[in-house]
Amino acid sequence: MLPLVGRNLCLMRGARPVVDDVSVAISRPEIAVLLGPNGAGKSLLVRMLAGLVEPDRGNVTWNGRPPDRQRAIRLGVVFHHPVMLNRTALANIRFALQAAGVPHREQRQRAMEALVTAGLEARAKVPAQALSGGEQQRLALVRAMATSPDVLLLDEATANLDPGSSLAIEDLVHKARNDGTPILLVTHDLAQARRLADRILYLHGGVLEADSDAPLFFSNPPTRRAQAFVEGRLVA
Amino acid sequence: MQDTSDAFTEALRLITTLDRDLVEIILMSLRVSLFAVFFAMLIGLPAGATTAISRFPGRGALITVMNAFMGLPPVVAGLAIYLLLSRAGPLGDWGLLYTPEAMVIAQTVLVTPIVAALTRQVIEDLHRRYDEQFRAFGLGRGTTAFTLLWEARFSLVTVVLAGFGRAIAEVGAVIMVGGNINHVTRVMTTTITLETSRGALDLALGLGIVLLTIIIIINGLAGLLNTFARNPRLA
Repeated sequence: MLPLVGRNLCLMRGARPVVDDVSVAISRPEIAVLLGPNGAGKSLLVRMLAGLVEPDRGNVTWNGRPPDRQRAIRLGVVFHHPVMLNRTALANIRFALQAAGVPHREQRQRAMEALVTAGLEARAKVPAQALSGGEQQRLALVRAMATSPDVLLLDEATANLDPGSSLAIEDLVHKARNDGTPILLVTHDLAQARRLADRILYLHGGVLEADSDAPLFFSNPPTRRAQAFVEGRLVA
Repeated sequence: MQDTSDAFTEALRLITTLDRDLVEIILMSLRVSLFAVFFAMLIGLPAGATTAISRFPGRGALITVMNAFMGLPPVVAGLAIYLLLSRAGPLGDWGLLYTPEAMVIAQTVLVTPIVAALTRQVIEDLHRRYDEQFRAFGLGRGTTAFTLLWEARFSLVTVVLAGFGRAIAEVGAVIMVGGNINHVTRVMTTTITLETSRGALDLALGLGIVLLTIIIIINGLAGLLNTFARNPRLA
């Protein structure tokens, strides 16, 4: 699956490029934060890397080959709005494990371990759609992690969550990185990027303006717009 | 012609004493309609789900036809089945005309478009919500369709109940292909038509009351299932 590479990715909306000639590679255990203001094209870029959106130009490869359905489950994808099946929290994780080809006899134990990781073991039998927003997002994250993916792609996984829920998600993200999983995390939250990032990919207006180590990016933003964003000034 | 109040009293007596003819007709109605709905489910659920999640040339036209066939006039369906099953028809050798099987076929033809079209709508709405996540899970088309059918199970039971309501209340097609033969193909609706025309209102009223009760129960069940479907804690 690794390296996960996007080369010269372009995506048009009408005549306007919303992702413009972006190249990115994910290959090592780190938290790469895809940072940028709203409408920068972050979510679309992640969807292209996940094989969910076809680029108009450029290409995506997973370990040198184009994305395919058989390997899709090797990517753990968590969306801004968690998508929960109409069944219990436990059954939601088991569904993902089954999709990943985990033997039936192992599914229950691995699903329970995932729920423990998320602190949701007491909610195992609760319908997932009845959980709170923060609980659903934690469940979505451990459901993605339970399949032991080669890469985790998190699209605004903490947007609209309270600080406590966000920190719980961030703890899980740290755990995944420490377990050796490369992570690409989309956010427009500067403080979160500072807390989590090993590496920053700064996207603005569909253009990748920076791809550098996080400390270097924050101490010396490479472009005027990146600097304005880091300083919290309004970015047009 | 019976007096209406006498007929009503006699109708209630037929129901409360479980009159043999009345029960036989009710059971025949249920048997024909339940089989028809079963076959309509077998065809309509996968057809609706597949149409919902697939993109292919002519899909829009197919959906238009499916929707239009929800309002298929029963007599037209009855005529088509009659022509197929009559001695001179392509399936005449099967000898099915004026049998309960012919009535099942006719009702299946009427109910399948309802099940397929409503299933397509329910699954398409759900698919919009789940599509990206399912593709991220690497699910194939078959697994996606099956999972969506399961996710929509409560809404789909309502769909099936709607189909059953159409089948059990239908008269035009079953009278054409069933012939309304006493003790063979006589069902509630055809008996009500016949008995009313003969002026024998007691059996017609008795069957009418039972038919109405069945339809009210079906609607009650549909409402109950909708409540379940909307509440994840109950589902």
